[in-house]
Amino acid sequence: MSAEPPAKTGPARPAPKPVTKQARRRRSSGIGVPIARSRFLMIAVAVFIGLGLAWWAATGLEWVKPIFLPSPGSVATQIAKLATDGTLWVDLTASAYRISIGFLIASALSIPIGVLIGSFRSWEAGIEPLVDFIRYMPVVAFVPLSILWAGTGDTQKFLIIFIGTFFQQVLMIMDNVKRVPADFIGLGRTLGLPDRKILTRIVVPSALPGIWDTLRISLGWAWTWLVLAELVAATSGLGYRITVSQRYFQTNTIIGYILLLGVLGLITDQVMKALEKVLFRQEGHSQ
Amino acid sequence: MTVPKLRIAGLDKSFGTGERRTQVLRNINFDLADNEFVSLVGTSGCGKSTLLSIVAGLQDFDAGDLSIDGAPILQPGLDRGVVFQSYTLLPWLTARQNIEFALKAAGYDRAACREIALEHLDLVKLSQSADRYPSELSGGMKQRVAIARALSYRPKMLLMDEPFGALDALTRHQMQELLTQIWEEHRLTVLFVTHDVEEAVYLSDRIVVMGIGPGRIMQTFNVDIERPRREEVMETPAFMDLQRGVHKAIREASRRPEMA
Repeated sequence: MSAEPPAKTGPARPAPKPVTKQARRRRSSGIGVPIARSRFLMIAVAVFIGLGLAWWAATGLEWVKPIFLPSPGSVATQIAKLATDGTLWVDLTASAYRISIGFLIASALSIPIGVLIGSFRSWEAGIEPLVDFIRYMPVVAFVPLSILWAGTGDTQKFLIIFIGTFFQQVLMIMDNVKRVPADFIGLGRTLGLPDRKILTRIVVPSALPGIWDTLRISLGWAWTWLVLAELVAATSGLGYRITVSQRYFQTNTIIGYILLLGVLGLITDQVMKALEKVLFRQEGHSQ
Repeated sequence: MTVPKLRIAGLDKSFGTGERRTQVLRNINFDLADNEFVSLVGTSGCGKSTLLSIVAGLQDFDAGDLSIDGAPILQPGLDRGVVFQSYTLLPWLTARQNIEFALKAAGYDRAACREIALEHLDLVKLSQSADRYPSELSGGMKQRVAIARALSYRPKMLLMDEPFGALDALTRHQMQELLTQIWEEHRLTVLFVTHDVEEAVYLSDRIVVMGIGPGRIMQTFNVDIERPRREEVMETPAFMDLQRGVHKAIREASRRPEMA
C-alpha cells in the first residue's frame, strides 16, 4: 500500500529525494481500501444524526408547514401517545402476524420447489419459465384481484405477501442450488449414493447458507408488500393506520409509522444476519 | 496371464451433437496391473481428465470396453476412490466427519466409522486436526483429508485428477512425498492425472503420454527407478533423462493436431 519508490533518474538529474513520511503513509481512502470498524460506525451514525438535525432545523425554523413535515418532537410525542393507549401494539401485532404467516407459507413452498428445479433440468423446464413470467407481473396489479378472491381479511394479506415473495424466492433458491460445486455431486455419486441422498445430504446442506441469505433479502420485500396490502384494504395493522392518519392529516403518525417500519426492517435483517453467523459459523462466512 | 486390475479397450468419446460434435478420445487402449501406479500426462485438452472421469463412472463413453477385475464399469461406485483437484471437503463437516460421511455411505456402522476415520487421519498425519472444519485447514491439509477419505473405504483403485495442481510448489513436494510413502507401504492401484512431468516420474511405475486432436495415447514410458524413492532421486541422471524424454514426447504429441 506504500507509495511508489522514486523513479530512477538520469545521470544529469539530481539524486532522488528520500521518500518522505508523508508519501509513505498508508492510504486511508481509495477503491477497496479497508477502514477501521469504529470509523465505519462513526460515519454511519454521523449520517443519521446529520439527517435528523436537518429535519429538526427545517421544522424548527418553519421552512415547511407542520402539516407536510411535522417536527421530530411532534412525531415522538405522537408515537409515545399511541404506544401508551395501546394502538401501536395492536397495529404491530396484527402486522407481525400477517408477515410471519405470509412469509412462512411462501418460504415453505419456495425452498422445496427451488431445490427441485435447481437440481433437475426437466423440473426446471416445467417451472422456471412460468415463474419467470409471473415474476414480471406487478404485485400491485394483483391487489384488486386479491380482494375479489380473498376479501379484506388476513387471507388477502397472506396472498399479497405470497405473490410478492414466492416467485422471487423460487428463482433465487434455484440459483443457490445451482452454485453447489459439481464435484460435490460427483463425490456423492462416486460414494454410490442415490440421487435422493445426494439431494438431502449434499445439495441442500451445501446450498443452505445461500438459501438463508435469500430468505433474509426476501423478508425485506415482504414488509413492503404487507404495508401495501394494508394500505388498500384493512381494518388493522401498520399500513391501515397510515391510511387512516392521512384522512385526518395526522402527518406525525404517518412519519412515525414509516420510521418504525424502517426500524423493524433493520431489526429483522440484523437478526437474520446474526443467526446466519451462528448457524453457518464453521463455513467461514463470518470472516 | 492374470486379469488386469483395470482394462480400457477401444474407448471412444465425443462431446456435442450434429455438426458441432467433436471427438475427444479415440481408441484408447491400456491396462493397469494390480498395485500399479500409472500417470496420464499431456497438454490441456488432450482428454486425460475426461478419461479419468469416464473410469470413475461420472461420464458416459461412446464405444469400447471398460472393466475392473473383469467386471464392466457401468456407473460410479465404491470400488473406485476418487480424489478431485478441488478438494471437495464438505464445509459443514469436520475433517473426521468428512471421512465418516464416506464410510457411512459405504455401510460401516457408527463405531467402525469413527475408528477407521481416525486411523486414516493418522495415515496422512492429521490426527491433530480431526475436529477442525475445512475452512480452518490449508489447501495441502484439505487434500490430505480427501486422500484419507478416498482410501478409507478400501476401494480397489484410486483415481486422482491433478490432486496437487492447486497447491504451492513446496506443499506439492510434501504431498508427493507423502503419497509415495503411503503407496510404497500399502500398495494400491492408482490412475493419476497430472500435467507436472516431474511429479509423474517421481510417483509412477508407468507414464502414459496423450496427444491432442482427438485425444489418444502417443507413447508409454516405464519408470525403472528404484523404490523407495525419496526427494533426492529427482537429482539423479536417470530421473532427469526420463523427465526430458517425457517432456519431448508431450511436445511432439501436441504438435500434431488432427492427422487421421
